Amino acid sequence: MTGNIMIVGVGGQGTLLTSRILGTLLLSQGLDVKLSEVHGMSQRGGSVITYVRYGEKVYSPIIEAGQADYVLAFEQLEAARAVGYLRKDGCLLVNTQKLEPMPVITGAMAYPEGLLASMQKRCRTLCVDALSLAEQAGSAKCVNVVMLGVLARQMKFSVDAWTQAIRTTVPEKFLAMNEKAFALGLQYSAE
Amino acid sequence: MKELLLGNAAVARGAYEAGVRVVSSYPGTPSTEITENMVRYADVDVEWAPNEKVAAEVAIGASLANARAMSCMKHVGLNVMADPVFTASYLAPPGGLVFCVADDPGMHSSQNEQDSRHYARASKILMLEPSDAAECKAFTKEAFSLSETFHTPVFVRLSTRVSHSQALVSLEEPEVRQPAPYVKDATRVAVPVNSRKMHIAVEKRLEDLRAFAEDCALNRVERHGSRIGVITSGISYMYAREALGDAVDYLKLGMVYPLPSRLIQDFAKGLDKVYVIEELDPYLEEHCRTLGIPVIGKEAFSLIGEYNADMIAQAVLGKPLAKEKTEPMEALPVRPPVMCAGCPHRGVFYVLHKMGLHVAGDIGCYTLGANAPLNSMDFNVCMGASIGTAFGMVKAQGRAFGQKVVSVIGDSTFIHSGITGLIDIVYNRGNNTVLILDNSTTGMTGHQDNPTTGKTIRGVPTKQVDLELLCRAIGVDRISIVDPFQVKELEKTLREELQADEPSVIIVQRPCALLKGVRYEGRYQVTDDCRRCGQCMKLGCPAITRKDGIVSISPIQCIGCGLCANVCPFGAIVKEGSR
Ligand SMILES: Cc1ncc(C[n+]2csc(CCOP(=O)(O)OP(=O)(O)O)c2C)c(N)n1
Repeated sequence: MTGNIMIVGVGGQGTLLTSRILGTLLLSQGLDVKLSEVHGMSQRGGSVITYVRYGEKVYSPIIEAGQADYVLAFEQLEAARAVGYLRKDGCLLVNTQKLEPMPVITGAMAYPEGLLASMQKRCRTLCVDALSLAEQAGSAKCVNVVMLGVLARQMKFSVDAWTQAIRTTVPEKFLAMNEKAFALGLQYSAE
Repeated sequence: MKELLLGNAAVARGAYEAGVRVVSSYPGTPSTEITENMVRYADVDVEWAPNEKVAAEVAIGASLANARAMSCMKHVGLNVMADPVFTASYLAPPGGLVFCVADDPGMHSSQNEQDSRHYARASKILMLEPSDAAECKAFTKEAFSLSETFHTPVFVRLSTRVSHSQALVSLEEPEVRQPAPYVKDATRVAVPVNSRKMHIAVEKRLEDLRAFAEDCALNRVERHGSRIGVITSGISYMYAREALGDAVDYLKLGMVYPLPSRLIQDFAKGLDKVYVIEELDPYLEEHCRTLGIPVIGKEAFSLIGEYNADMIAQAVLGKPLAKEKTEPMEALPVRPPVMCAGCPHRGVFYVLHKMGLHVAGDIGCYTLGANAPLNSMDFNVCMGASIGTAFGMVKAQGRAFGQKVVSVIGDSTFIHSGITGLIDIVYNRGNNTVLILDNSTTGMTGHQDNPTTGKTIRGVPTKQVDLELLCRAIGVDRISIVDPFQVKELEKTLREELQADEPSVIIVQRPCALLKGVRYEGRYQVTDDCRRCGQCMKLGCPAITRKDGIVSISPIQCIGCGLCANVCPFGAIVKEGSR
């Protein structure tokens, strides 16, 4: 069986670092791993998706509709966009932060109301105010690692393995802050 | 040792292990990280060239002087370098010579969706196509040795999902190579008398390669005892494996030019159905048809965009990949890419929009000026084209149109291929106005240095092209330098330069807000003086939002550039703590 984790957010929210930490973790468990990243145009504030797949042998680097075990979402609207990727009993972990896309800023469209409720209706959904926790850890930039902490609690890997993966992936300068962010995410109980 | 590597990093690793000595490229998504990763290897001479043509020429020269050399580019970059590449095919220089070309099916970051495999056939150059990072390394290494064995340059074709996916790659020791001393060989002067002979050698080489393709390990048959076969290559193989598993037989082609006709025929023999699964054009499919094999190709699969496992499962097995999905959510607002908060291009497009000018566009972060609310780009074509196209428009519409149209072009793009267009305007007595948006970097592709930034790819200080002197040297007499955040001054300069009946260049200078060392102090906020005129909303800044008519600036998104304060007619936007 292949495990599938999808990470979604807005360009600049650190989806790349997140998938790389996950990749390092899974590798340390002796699994085959494929990650698919986004570089280029959408990194400029567009919707960004990265895929993490692992198991005995992974072929495609992409997760498709109905395949994801977890969707880790750094923004509400992006979470909503990714819901259909979850398998029926998959789990959505969503940072409740809202970032308005340009069509909303220009007034061409409205930011949808009641997104969290519609997501909760569709699938198991954990809502997290990761922004506050990130700020508590030292920077709004750590939203991604807070969310990783929330995910860690759902998965079976040891906290040690996660910490190790963070240490090998995150630059020294930001390590303390990110470890704190991870710990806050891990403690967070959304249910 | 095994490491999780990006496909592009694995290409770089493969080149390193093969003892590559020279790498010259021009950035372009999804190929950029290959060359960026070469920087890890201290002994390799790696550079950003001003454009792909020069990059290819440097690699060809290095190969002529007996070194292993590589050049990497995105698919449209191959158009730019096609001229030297086609003749390099004839010259067959002695050092292993590899061109890595990364296609972008689905156009994640490109202006078109061309299929580079046609180039292999057209230029008669061997082409390999890896399916994941492990093969990226292995095939790149193999490419160097095939290049030397068969006296041919070699293409490695990548695509976005191969270039930008990470997979496990085993690392090996690099070969240590010293280029043999250079010896002149005048039969390589490509004049007709020599080229006629070289062409004969090229055709002979292709025959040898066709024979080699029949049983080389790069092409692999996987039998699972099925009545259905799939012929595929590259990332499509991975999608097919995912979708069909062991339910079908596979012919996985790692070498996509020239193709192994006998192997294909043998594979198809005895099968009830053979599918050809390939992104984008029916390239393998057409070859199969010329062999008389009734394959199923584009009648079942799209000519457009990326494939996926679900699409293949539906087409071949008649059922979807996933049994039960969570119900998707519909009609959500899209989130297109935008200029970042603090982007210097924003001021330019605000002014161009306000003045209602026609804008001949180019390729870079500033192409985002085409989107709402800035809406100020009429079209774009390819890198450098903003200048020639605007000149053509003036020729078509008459000289007075020169007062209504501007070209916008970034610093890297101007050096890449904009300068020649400007020379045309000067030489042929035009009156166009060109804005060079100098943000001190190659932004769109992830901040590479270029000849205008004063640093090499390794960060070593070097000479810096002086854009003003350069324009002056080619005969532009009217040159101004303006800060894009001084919108009034920019507008005034534009009015003057558009009026002038001669070529003008406006160099709009301010560094990209994402560059190291660019720091703005504080954040901005909206005060009670706001009259809700909405002028600041015309900037399309992701930090500025309006709810029920009330404008606010997100303290998280604002980086403190102050452009909004410059455009507010009522002084209602101020720096936090300044009052
Ligand atoms: C022939 C070709 N090569 C490379 C690219 C990829 N590419 C798109 S924009 C760009 C550079 C943009 O740099 P610059 O002109 O300085 O503008 P900026 O993005 O910094 O605003 C590149 C290399 C391309 N589209 N076409």
